[in-house]
Amino acid sequence: MNTKFDNGLLLEMRDLRIDGFRDEEWHEIVKGIDLTLNRGEVLGLIGESGAGKSTIGIAAMGYAKPGCRISGGSIVFDGIDLTKASEAVKRDLRGVRIAYVAQSAAASFNPAHKLIDQFSETVVEHGKGTKAEAYADAKELYAQLQMPEPDTIGFRYPHQVSGGQLQRAMTAMALACRPDLIIFDEPTTALDVTTQIEVLVTMRKIVEQFNSAAIYITHDLAVVAQMADKIMVLRYGELVEEADTRKMLSAPEEDYTKSLWAVRTFRKHVDAPAKEPVPLVKVDDVSASYGVVPVLHDISFEIHRGHTIAVVGESGSGKSTAARVITGLLPPSKGEVSYDGEVLPKDYRQRTKDQLRQAQMIYQMADTAINPRHRIRKIIGRPLSFYLGMEGDQREQRIRELLEMIELEPDEFIDRFPSELSGGQKQRICIARALAADPKFIICDEVTSALDQLVAEGILKLLDRLQQELNLAYMFITHDLATVRAISDEVIVMLQGEIVEQGAKEEIFSPPHHEYTELLLSSVPEMDPDWMDNVLAERAAKGGMQAAGN
Amino acid sequence: MTDSNSSIGQSVDAVPPPRRTETKLSIAWRELKKAPLSAKFGLLVIISYIFVAFFAPVLTPFGESEVVGPEYDVWSGEHPLGTDNLGRDMLTRLFYGARNTVGIAFITTCLCFLVGGVGGILAAAIGGWFDQISSRLVDILMAIPQLIFALLLLTIFGTAIPTLIIIIAILDSTRVFRLARAVSLNVVVMDYIEAAKLRGEGMGWITIQEVLPNIMPPLIAEFGLRFCFVFLTISALSFLGLGIQPPTADWGSMVRDNATLITYGDVTPLLPAGAIALLTVGVNFVVDWFLHKTSGLQDEH
Repeated sequence: MNTKFDNGLLLEMRDLRIDGFRDEEWHEIVKGIDLTLNRGEVLGLIGESGAGKSTIGIAAMGYAKPGCRISGGSIVFDGIDLTKASEAVKRDLRGVRIAYVAQSAAASFNPAHKLIDQFSETVVEHGKGTKAEAYADAKELYAQLQMPEPDTIGFRYPHQVSGGQLQRAMTAMALACRPDLIIFDEPTTALDVTTQIEVLVTMRKIVEQFNSAAIYITHDLAVVAQMADKIMVLRYGELVEEADTRKMLSAPEEDYTKSLWAVRTFRKHVDAPAKEPVPLVKVDDVSASYGVVPVLHDISFEIHRGHTIAVVGESGSGKSTAARVITGLLPPSKGEVSYDGEVLPKDYRQRTKDQLRQAQMIYQMADTAINPRHRIRKIIGRPLSFYLGMEGDQREQRIRELLEMIELEPDEFIDRFPSELSGGQKQRICIARALAADPKFIICDEVTSALDQLVAEGILKLLDRLQQELNLAYMFITHDLATVRAISDEVIVMLQGEIVEQGAKEEIFSPPHHEYTELLLSSVPEMDPDWMDNVLAERAAKGGMQAAGN
Repeated sequence: MTDSNSSIGQSVDAVPPPRRTETKLSIAWRELKKAPLSAKFGLLVIISYIFVAFFAPVLTPFGESEVVGPEYDVWSGEHPLGTDNLGRDMLTRLFYGARNTVGIAFITTCLCFLVGGVGGILAAAIGGWFDQISSRLVDILMAIPQLIFALLLLTIFGTAIPTLIIIIAILDSTRVFRLARAVSLNVVVMDYIEAAKLRGEGMGWITIQEVLPNIMPPLIAEFGLRFCFVFLTISALSFLGLGIQPPTADWGSMVRDNATLITYGDVTPLLPAGAIALLTVGVNFVVDWFLHKTSGLQDEH
């Protein structure tokens, strides 16, 4: 903090306008944003994808993304107008007085250099200290960020630490020159909930400790509630509403803000049909491994017609592997999978067309799950002609029916390519493709986690409606407990390849919990600005009690 | 920047991009008008070569291997580029050369892509032992210097045109194999390939319908480059006497046959060489432009 501004004003944007170049034209994507940020203040920017959050975040450093340009307004950082500043001036600010923490730490580190060397690079490059000083400082920061073995962890390569640790290492790197402003761009989106809370805690502590100002960009309202002093809600590059965090959460004014706030309230309203004697899918004592690494240990569960079973767990818990075993992509080393009482061959290549047809899959990333060079007609039509032998008018008719079922206008969409669809629409096409096979069982692998909350809710509602109409059974893989609450009938909690708890939703969500379920449940951020403090206090109390007991 | 997180102006669930109403032809025409000068020049060269190749008999008054005058005749009104070592009209042979050399090079390149492209995609899609065996086989073929290997094989199997085409196509397909395999590897890990496999699709569908459309841009660009190399190889072989055999007009052998003239300061033997060079440059210009368009490099504004 070299120069103190009298009124504490650090960053001020006035009528900021940014253009993006698309389809041979410039489109305005940030439409006149005003923003003020004082020292030591944390501002939350929230909105759906395309709201211009990241673009504004980057603009705070005086830059525009490739294919964009700042077309109007001013960005004044500590008395310097960044829109007019030379590249050299901006370079001196970047990393030293303004730091940026990106969403994917894994993509932001150079895999060929050690963490601590990447840390010291900025410091030495900007003449803020020697390499030895930077090393010492890094170790101190690693300790403050509660990274394990702070003295040695810096000498590891990025692939040798976990995702949460990498994200903290990146935060440490951003702090290397003690910046006045830190821009956090969705820093915890890629993390598991249990890791997320640790990272959030350390980030908040560090911001308070160094009295840095921060802009926290996210689409997760519950997260921003923990971090920010005030919140700006953006949509289509325009400001919807701005207020202090508590006021914004308790009394949002605009309808759009209210709709964002209400998203997590969707609940499946119809009870699942009674269980039939023979389960639709039965996974019996299955173990599986990738090469020699075992990933699943003695898993057993049943899925009944018309039921939704949610499989919850952190990344690496084996929940997706369980799906791969059921589809036959990964033959189990032990145990068997049966469908409607009939044991399925272990490898999908040995299964009959009809067995393959019965179990369909919907993927997390709709972008990669549908071929970008196929038109919608072909994407949905292929299972129809492949499994059901439909051709010509009959097939065309069925494609249109399916499009109507997923609430897309057939005439408008049937000839499009996937690139001409939005994220939610693509996921709908994936659902239609799965439905085209006329299955009774669909595996949904994190189908909503790549989508904005409003869109995700639409998908959940659609899946729920289809379940009632077609009596489908879902296996719903997710790490998001809000989704589980919304759609499941039964829940399986997985940890390190084992099922730690399973049962009806009500049982799982009401105490007493298994220890791990408890941790998982308590780590899900809530829309209460005091939530994190409460959880920490609770955990500390528990830890204290346990220590006392010992 | 990937599609999934690009938030430049496109809202993930708001308004979808405008519907494409133009036909492919009008898009192509618009792109062409915006093309850089080098690409336009390249296209002009290629079109004129094709024109000459097709209409060689109409454009020239003499036959391809007809002796029409004294040997090494100078440039004159009757023979604009003089005559060659046997007294055949140079311009006529140059035109027919376009037809033969370019035609053979084109067929060879197509064959080369058929073999290498299909092999490469299959190696990526099937993987495992098939990938290992085919890739090592390609490594072995590539380890032997291509021109020497081609000379050796042509000596063994003779220099008939079909043999020439097959040998060069197979030797060159190793490069195509590698490229096709490399780009396919990025595609076969996509979920839609897994989805197709789970659907029970056969290798034929996966190769042609799922993978091929996604690797077309680099393959087309490579086609242009590969065409140049094949073309140069054929010319080199002809120059060495093992390529296209006389009396068929061919630019490589035309250089060799008239090479003596250079000693006398006559540029005539350089003309076929120049024709080769010009086409190579033209094709490369077009390929560069195409690569630039398809690789997303045009995003820098």
